[in-house]
Amino acid sequence: MCIGCRACEQSCALRWNLPWNETIAAEERLSSHKLTTITTHDGVYSRRLCMHCAEPTCVSVCPVGALQKTSLGPVVYDADKCMGCRYCMTACPFQVPVYEWANRIPRVRKCDMCYGRQSAGKPTACAEGCPTGATTCGDRDALIAEAHRRMAANPGGYYQCIYGLKEVGGTSVLILSAVPFEQIGLRTDLPNQPLPGLTWAALSHVPDVVSVGSVLLGGVWWITHRREEVARAEGGPKKEPKS
Amino acid sequence: MTTAERLQSLLPRLADPPVSRPARTPAWYFWRLMFALLMAAGAYATYVRITSGLGGVTNLSDRFPWGIWVGFDVLCGVGLAAGGFTLVAAVHIFNLERYKPIVRPAVLTAFLGYLLVVVALLFDLGRPWNIWHPLIMWNPRSVMFEVAWCVTLYSTVLALEFVPAVLERFQMKRTLAWLRLISVPLVIGGVILSTLHQSSLGSLFLIVPRKLYPLWYSPMLPVMFFVSAVCAGLAMTIFESWHSSRAFGRQLEMPLLNGMARLLAVFMAVFLTIRFLDLLHRDVLGLLLVNRTETWLFWLECVLMIVPTVLLFSRRVRHNPTALYFMALMVLFGFIANRLNISITGMEAGSGVHYIPRWTEVAITLAICAAGFAVFRWAVLNLPVFQEKE
Repeated sequence: MCIGCRACEQSCALRWNLPWNETIAAEERLSSHKLTTITTHDGVYSRRLCMHCAEPTCVSVCPVGALQKTSLGPVVYDADKCMGCRYCMTACPFQVPVYEWANRIPRVRKCDMCYGRQSAGKPTACAEGCPTGATTCGDRDALIAEAHRRMAANPGGYYQCIYGLKEVGGTSVLILSAVPFEQIGLRTDLPNQPLPGLTWAALSHVPDVVSVGSVLLGGVWWITHRREEVARAEGGPKKEPKS
Repeated sequence: MTTAERLQSLLPRLADPPVSRPARTPAWYFWRLMFALLMAAGAYATYVRITSGLGGVTNLSDRFPWGIWVGFDVLCGVGLAAGGFTLVAAVHIFNLERYKPIVRPAVLTAFLGYLLVVVALLFDLGRPWNIWHPLIMWNPRSVMFEVAWCVTLYSTVLALEFVPAVLERFQMKRTLAWLRLISVPLVIGGVILSTLHQSSLGSLFLIVPRKLYPLWYSPMLPVMFFVSAVCAGLAMTIFESWHSSRAFGRQLEMPLLNGMARLLAVFMAVFLTIRFLDLLHRDVLGLLLVNRTETWLFWLECVLMIVPTVLLFSRRVRHNPTALYFMALMVLFGFIANRLNISITGMEAGSGVHYIPRWTEVAITLAICAAGFAVFRWAVLNLPVFQEKE
């Protein structure tokens, strides 16, 4: 349904007080001054924005909890907490978070699905700005139903899958396409399990290492130093005990 | 009298000077000059870092957010400082008393290593003034959170493990006795903290299964990071003993180095076994025949590790100081190649961009290393690092 008019980009820029002009429109990649973009693939249009994962990788990796998944769906960022380690940027499977590289007090930038507007019951700026209804906003189940309705109504016009339904455990942003997803530059090699489980598999062993490690090392210390104790008890002040 | 000399005269004199002061040969002047040049370049890069942000000094980008400051300064720096916990464990827990003479230099290397890692982080973090935030803003599901806590705690442990050298210098016997009291839990805690964060540096990359090239991405990364850190720590201790013996005219502790070289060979063999078994079980051995940059980098890293491992099993190599030194050096290069492959070159294909550090990034890294060498040297000349009192 997208006609590539870039009204979504424009309303997004307006919402964030970011500049928007012909040059920026032509950039077609996310950056600190462009939090959503239309991408063109041989005459087929698609859109990039934060996918707002159900179990977001960025939220799990942030050491200070600057990124949070809200109950409403949007993943939001708090620059005051952020220390700028950029692990969220490395970890994001969709390469969404971007950085203010030229700023002396830099922030991570990303779409927050207009959390403020949505909390007030309003649709996102991009959905409101879209003249064709290609971008819509609402309850995830309702959107899935709408996606199925659109695909059923025009079986030839749609690639019969919803991007974001299962990818990395499901996302709050869903994408429909006329062609297979890899042709519009979306990653199709992502697992259906949420990624945070991968690091949790290692992190969950921390208590084991601490408890087993203390007992083992303490035991080794006790055994290896017993010889001296024995020597001291038997031979008197032959040798000073070490620290 | 310079300020430094005046300060020196205020310190209580040691009965014996710790080590002999190096003579002022042409080489001495050459290294002084090199040091000054590196510091000047580092100072300029620091100025640009502060005035124009990360974008002004680095070639980092949205698609490639981690460069050599993370890949080398942090990942390699922490690994190279692993000699501290390895030797402390050997001497104070396993009671291998004969290694005692080299515990203190190893602990000093580790302590300086961690301090320099923190300095590097102050450059790399976008908002370095928030570096303390993980202490109060918790996210226990984050590997970075665990690393932050472990590094903070372990740096404290290292400081407490090294502080006896300072206390001996100033003859503060009371405090020394008090420190001895808590030394056992301190040592055990230090070893556990090291085990945790050395492996966690590998866990950091568990989250990028589709970005890191399959020759390096593995669920075994935490284990491999731990084993390779032990290797790097041992190799670094050999490296540093060799250089100290030359710089300060000390006798090389050959029997000790020989014993450590054996241990290094065994740990390297363990590492390489895990490395190749992991490739086998993940079914990616076929990638070794694909003609890609990654394949060649993989082989570079492997040759740098396999050659010294094999040769270190030879008695003749272990007993020859020069050969031993070069084996340790190769292990260190292999280790650095491995970590740079994981953090930088292995991530390039997945991110779709090519990253080459800007000269200012390299300048800051080199300046930090040079500062480390200088502080180590100062400590050896002024504190009882090589002659621990009983």
